[in-house]
Amino acid sequence: MPGFGITLGYTLLYLGLLVLLPLGALIAKASGIGLSGIIAVAVEPRVAAALWTSFSISLVAAAVASLFGLLVAWALTRYDFPGRRIVDAIVDLPFALPTAVAGIALAALYAPNGWVGSFLEPLGLKVAYTPLGIFVALVFIGLPFAVRTVQPLIADIERELEEASALLGASRWRTVWSILLPPLLPGVLTGFALAFARAVGEYGSVIFIAGNLPYVSEIAPLLIVIKLSEYDYTGATVIATIMLAISFTALLVINLLQAWSRKRFGYV
Amino acid sequence: MSDAIAVHLAPPSPSVPVVTERRWVRRLTIAVALAFLFLFVILPLAVVFVEAFRRGWGGYLAALQEADAQAAIRLTLTVAAISVPANVIFGLAASWAIAKFEFKGKSLLITLIDLPFSVSPVVSGLIYLLLFGAQGLWGSWLMAHGVKVAFALPGIVLATIFVTFPFVARQLIPLMQEQGTAEEEAALTLGASGWRTFLTVTLPNIRWGLLYGVLLCNARAMGEFGAVSVVSGHIRGLTNTIPLHVEILYNEYNFVAAFAVASLLACLALLTLALKSVLEWRHGADLAGGAHR
Repeated sequence: MPGFGITLGYTLLYLGLLVLLPLGALIAKASGIGLSGIIAVAVEPRVAAALWTSFSISLVAAAVASLFGLLVAWALTRYDFPGRRIVDAIVDLPFALPTAVAGIALAALYAPNGWVGSFLEPLGLKVAYTPLGIFVALVFIGLPFAVRTVQPLIADIERELEEASALLGASRWRTVWSILLPPLLPGVLTGFALAFARAVGEYGSVIFIAGNLPYVSEIAPLLIVIKLSEYDYTGATVIATIMLAISFTALLVINLLQAWSRKRFGYV
Repeated sequence: MSDAIAVHLAPPSPSVPVVTERRWVRRLTIAVALAFLFLFVILPLAVVFVEAFRRGWGGYLAALQEADAQAAIRLTLTVAAISVPANVIFGLAASWAIAKFEFKGKSLLITLIDLPFSVSPVVSGLIYLLLFGAQGLWGSWLMAHGVKVAFALPGIVLATIFVTFPFVARQLIPLMQEQGTAEEEAALTLGASGWRTFLTVTLPNIRWGLLYGVLLCNARAMGEFGAVSVVSGHIRGLTNTIPLHVEILYNEYNFVAAFAVASLLACLALLTLALKSVLEWRHGADLAGGAHR
């Protein structure tokens, strides 16, 4: 086979120049600041608050997206209903819709005079321009990850298994709970980790609905943008480094989960 | 036990499997799933078009024909026209090297190619500023030589290439691994050149997977907001892409225009989803070899 040298060479060059070099610049800048410098920025009240906001709301949103993602994937794979294929295609919309468009749409929807917001307002529930708005945007963003990671596992469930369980006298609920759901767990957890990693870094769909109040509804990526506009490259680099560390940890967890599930269940 | 026997003896209907949940559980699950999707996916999409046409076709077209909107559309098309082909060439080279040959560190290479997916868009922009910005590594050198990268077209293209980096490659690598090298080896044995083998054997085999990757890559390239926002500098009519123009209009409370311009991107997303679904239904097996579910 010809072309090994040139294609691998080009791959390494392109990867090196466009991905590794810029990421290296970030790491170089961060190590120039040093661990004590990083901690000094990270404990600034506004930075700590933004990191906490991003981190905690992302966790909750990813959990909710995983739960509903499992439900949606189950309905799409196991049941037949009119329009199932279209609904299946629509699940990917949060992935395909540019984040800025999603952001202004969600903000318009959940604003006090919006279609959904005007229903919630009399109940005393404010979504837009509060941390709850961030939560809504992050559930939206996380949904496709949650659905698409469990869907193939649900499709792979062997009918014989649940038939055997039913014949042995288990109630339907017990069959679902102790036979069908446990093998889905790695998929659910992987979806959760992917949704979480995406949510922590999400910017476009959040900033329009969040209200961006410092200490309350200001997310870490926005604070990077603010620091950059103040020419505080050090501050921006520190927040970026912490966020990179979080998403790489999530990535590592995903890989461990998949290795574990290969061993435990024999598939990814 | 009697329940189980009843289940077993019930005549199987063609569509409903013998063992499934009770009818009300099925209906409730479907209802909750659809309600959730309606609230979180359909409504946001619908609101874009309703707000865009709040002042009718006249207002809609006026927003799109305005000079800054036109400049944003041109810039977005330019950026996609550079960054998508760049990533296609890379994707083809990377998948050829990875799928057709064995070498050390292959899985590390695949991991590195996927890396940009796990970097926040804002951070993706920031890393280019650290290289090319005024206080960046090469900033003062570039400034002295009058080369503009940050806050200009090159910076926007670089950030876009970064965020769309893995799309084509990660689509093609498993596909080409699945297809192996037998067909290419046959062509080479029969005397075809390497280049001709690629064009007449490999390319037709991967065409649907390639198209799939290009679709996703293009959608992201035209819609990217966070990374481009950091490196663009928001110069109206000059460095504003469509998503950035949407942001500016929205922040100026020019909602009809913001949603009108946003509806272009929403249409692009719908078109991408439709083509993607057609590809999955028609050519599912050709998208990721036999492994595709």
